[in-house]
Formats: sequence, C-alpha cells, structure tokens
Amino acid sequence: MTDDATKKTDPVGDPVVDPESDLVRETDEGGQELLPRASTAPEELSREKGSVLRVPEAMPGDPAHVDVEWPDDETMIINFGPQHPSTHGVLRLMMELDGETVVRSKPVIGYLHTGMEKTGEELTYQQGATNVTRMDYLSPLTNELVFSMATEALLGIELPERAVWIRMLLAELQRVASHLMWLATNGMDLGSTTMMIFGFREREMVLGFFEKTTGLRMNHNFIRPGGTAADLPDGWEDDVAVIIDTIEARLDDYDQLITGQPIFRERTEGVGAITAAEALALSATGPILRSTGIAWDLRRTMPYLRYDKVDFDVIVGTYGDNFDRYAIRFNEVRESIKIIRQVLDRMPTGDYRVQDKKVTPPPRARIDESMEALIHHFKIFTEGYKVPEGEVYTAIESPRGEIGCYMVSDGSAKPYRMHIRGPSFVNMQTLPVMLRGGLVADAIATTSSVDPVMGESDR
Amino acid sequence: MSETASETVSEPVSGPMGETVGPEVDLGGVPASTSTGQDVVFPPLADYHDTVTAHKVAGFAMLSDLTAVDYLTHPGRELPAGVAPERFEVVASLLSLSSARRVRVRVQVPEGDAVIASLWDLYPGAEAMEREVYDMFGIRFTGHPDLTRILMPEDWEGYPLRKDYGVGRVPVQFKEAPGPR
Repeated sequence: MTDDATKKTDPVGDPVVDPESDLVRETDEGGQELLPRASTAPEELSREKGSVLRVPEAMPGDPAHVDVEWPDDETMIINFGPQHPSTHGVLRLMMELDGETVVRSKPVIGYLHTGMEKTGEELTYQQGATNVTRMDYLSPLTNELVFSMATEALLGIELPERAVWIRMLLAELQRVASHLMWLATNGMDLGSTTMMIFGFREREMVLGFFEKTTGLRMNHNFIRPGGTAADLPDGWEDDVAVIIDTIEARLDDYDQLITGQPIFRERTEGVGAITAAEALALSATGPILRSTGIAWDLRRTMPYLRYDKVDFDVIVGTYGDNFDRYAIRFNEVRESIKIIRQVLDRMPTGDYRVQDKKVTPPPRARIDESMEALIHHFKIFTEGYKVPEGEVYTAIESPRGEIGCYMVSDGSAKPYRMHIRGPSFVNMQTLPVMLRGGLVADAIATTSSVDPVMGESDR
Repeated sequence: MSETASETVSEPVSGPMGETVGPEVDLGGVPASTSTGQDVVFPPLADYHDTVTAHKVAGFAMLSDLTAVDYLTHPGRELPAGVAPERFEVVASLLSLSSARRVRVRVQVPEGDAVIASLWDLYPGAEAMEREVYDMFGIRFTGHPDLTRILMPEDWEGYPLRKDYGVGRVPVQFKEAPGPR
C-alpha cells in the first residue's frame, strides 16, 4: 500500500483504517463480551472486581479475593438476557459462575441505542423535549425538565413562579410513579407477584392524572423550554389530593406486607452491598450513593426549581445493600408526597409559561383572530427560536440519580450538541461490584435494585 | 475496603450543604473562565491528567460526566486567550460533594491524533463514559483498560456523533444479518 492509499478517506470523511495501526492494536480486544478466564491476563484478573470496575493500582482490592489460579474448566460463563423479565429492557449480563456464585460479570449494553443524542442535533429546541422524553421512559418528565432547564439557562430566561411550581409538582408525582413501578418490578423479581399488581395499580393513578394534564400517560412533551405546555386542569388539587392520600395510606400496607417480611429481608439484607468509596469512585448517584450513607440529593445539596423552599428529608442508608436501596426508594415516596402536599398549599397563581414572544407561541384562541399570531405560531413551530451561543451543564435529581444535560449552542435554532448524562448508564457500572461473590438468584434482585432503565442507558 | 470507605465518606458528609465556597485548586496557569455561570478550566492536552488530579486532590471526589463535542462545523466558539481551538473537545464535569460545586474541564483534542489520557486511574467510573466517547467520536484514551465500543455493535464502522458522519448513510446493521436481497 502506498502512502497515498493509506491517507485516502472514504466519501464521508472517515479515515480508512490500516489494520496494523495503533487504533486497531489498542482497541481490538475481541469485542464487548466478557472474555474467558484463559484469555484474560493475570494482572488484569488481580485488579478486577467485576469486569467493568477494574480497580486501578491506586485503589487496591483485597488480594485474598482474587483467584488468579482458578482453572478455566471450573467456571462457566453464561449470558443473562438480553431478554429476561428482570433486565427491565434489554440488558445483557455476562456472568462467570462457579457453581451458583458469581465470580465476574459484565453488563453488555447498547441494545436499545437509537442515536437520540444525534437526533437531538437535528431537532429544534422546540421539538427537543419530544426526543428526550423517550429516553427514561419510566420518568419522562424528568428528562424534559433537565432538557428545558439547560435550554433556559442558555436563553437566560426566568420562569414565572407558577411554571416552576407546576414543574415541581409533576417532577415529584413522577418520582412517586417511578418508585412505585420499581417497587412493583422489584417485588416481581423477588417472587412477590402481589407487590407487582399493587405497584402497577398505584402508578396507574398517577399516570391517569398525567393523562388528564398532559394528554398522554407517558412521553408527555409537557415540560418545554419556557414553562409547560398548558396549565393544570381544573380541579387538579382534588385529583392530586386523592392520589397522594390513597398512596400514602397504602404505603403503610406495603410496609407491613414487605418491610418486615422475613423472606424479603433474608433476600435483601446484606445482598449486593457496595461501599461509599466504591460508589463515589464509580460516579454512582441517586439511591445507590445514598444507600452507602452519603446524603447526596441534588434537590437538597444543589437546589433547583424551588426545592430550597419546601421541607423534606433526604433518606440515607447505612450498608449499601439491596434492603437499603429498597428502604430509600420506599421512603422517598413518602417524602415526595410531603413535597406534593406543600405544593398543593402553596401553588402560586399566574402564568404557566414565560411571556417571551421569542420562545412562547401565542395562545390558541389568538390564532383564530390575528394573522400575526398565526405567523408567529407558524414560525416558532417550523423554524424554532435561536438560542445564544454557549454551553451549559445542568443536572437534576431523577428517581435514578443525577440526570445531566450538556448542551452546546452555536447560535442556531438547533442544539449543536445535546448530551444526556443518564444515571442508568453510569450506575450500571456498579453492578459487577455488587454481584461479585453473590448468588445467581440474588443477581436478579441486585440488578433490579440498581433500577436501570435501558432506554436511558443506551439512549 | 471498609476502612477506606469511612475515611472518604466522613469528609463529604460533614460539610454544610449548599455552601458555595469551594475548594481552592492551584491551576498552575491553566486558563479558566466561567460559562453560563459555571466554572470551566481549559488545560492543554498534555496537562489534562495533572489538572484533573489537582482537582481530585482538592476535593472533587466524583467525575459526574464525561463527554465530547465535535466542533467541525462550529470552529469560531468562544475560548479564553491562549487556547487554540481544535476539532474535538473532551468535556469532563467534576463534582465536589463537600462544597456542592462543579467544575468543567474542557480539553482541545486535535483531529489528526485524537488521543487523550484516560481518567480511569483517578475515577474508575470514567470507564463507561470514555468507552462511549470512543464509540461515538473515535477519540482514544490511553490507559483505559477496555476501550471497546459500548453502544454501537463492535463491528460498526465510523463514529456516529462526528459531524461528518452521514445520518442515514448506512442502513441499520445487525450482526450476522443476511445480505441485501
């Protein structure tokens, strides 16, 4: 091959890769799967805690736990998923088993990758919320919220007070729905079909309210840059009051049903434990980080919306095991209900979106009587609005942890780069640590307690 | 492991939450600025790892996000004096739990030799995020233990989030899919 040939690029500009190049040498490791023990270097095994968290030399593990000399035929690598009821989507977990004990494991993800970050660059800011809402499909309003907050930070607009409180109400209802869904599926993973039915039943109440408010049960596109799409429906106070009263009363039932139940405790206490140092090192957030005793909740520590104006507690665990994560989510539902009560009492009157003609389309009624309003509406929905140049990272507390949006604007109507830091994606890295040394049966419970949503993880 | 844990934890939890006075980091002449009210530092490619190390020592205990941007079609962005724009930019968001403060590290990575030091030895949580950046942008991380594609199939060609990647250029590929009929 001549020099000219190696430098040649294909029509779209990707360089033609020489098989002897650094790129191939450094990255060709036989793909994404968990490799057999025989083809993993001993020093690699010795620093390995799970396959994804390889502990760097600076953070030594316990040498007694490393079995470098393990013969290859005593263990077995099995695939768990990508299709399994407890993988909550399509997560493929490769586990090396010694009998029933998990020795190594590695999550293989990407089965739900649909290029949403790329799509986000093709959609205007006005349309963007429709895209991001589909990422974390169990908590769509949180995605819309972080996207809208990033856009608003770049636009430099202040929202009317009512819009902020509506967002807070919806975000907390969403947290209730998401955690109830988790209680349901976690119950299912542990063999408690009763909890499955109960959790779905209660979540349905919240989704019913969302349908009344936003028109859809999921993927609402309701929280948009500049406020919300509409005001709350008439009589929303009564609806919300009924929902939270019912759920709060039933939570006590579930507490009796699950929390003290010997089988449940036996299967969760001390299972899937992770230390605070490991959780921090792996950038874990949300209930996983809090279960290790670190009181880190962005609503409290770096307040956004009006979380500094409401009274609630940050729930913290001690042991970092599955039971702590269960207890944290369970009690966070109660805390969210506490916040919703305060929002009910203190919901301000006023506008539900900012009256900035640049961002806000005219009211529907005006379109019928004013030509200018029609043009204005048409322009916003076809061309979108231009956002000043700049870049920003906003982060909020989703039910799963820190969801962040890194947005770069080049001054046009579409984001130049829209990156979502998905808590599921990052938290997935803790899984090999939690699974190591546990049983296969507990692997299902532990996977569930990480609460991954693959739509958000793969984006 | 448990002893290390208690040492690391005691610091962040004891700090009064919501405090804005952050840990002081000796940047050693690395350009810094603020963007939309957030702190950003712009270390040169060679100083990237050292700058992040200095931040970690100063109390930025968590790497909350790591991503990249391809500035191919938007070269005229605002950068502080002394920072020459390159095609790629790797963006790392560091978080200090004790002072509830974030700092963003933006590094210029040239197109011809898109290689940067891995943060994995400082923050093991960088592993998945750096794999994603490699997968999407083709930026390689030296010192990363397992730099393979993470979201795309392992035999995928091209880096989807690059600006010169043709959207819809390739029909969706599946491994071992039958060829075109």
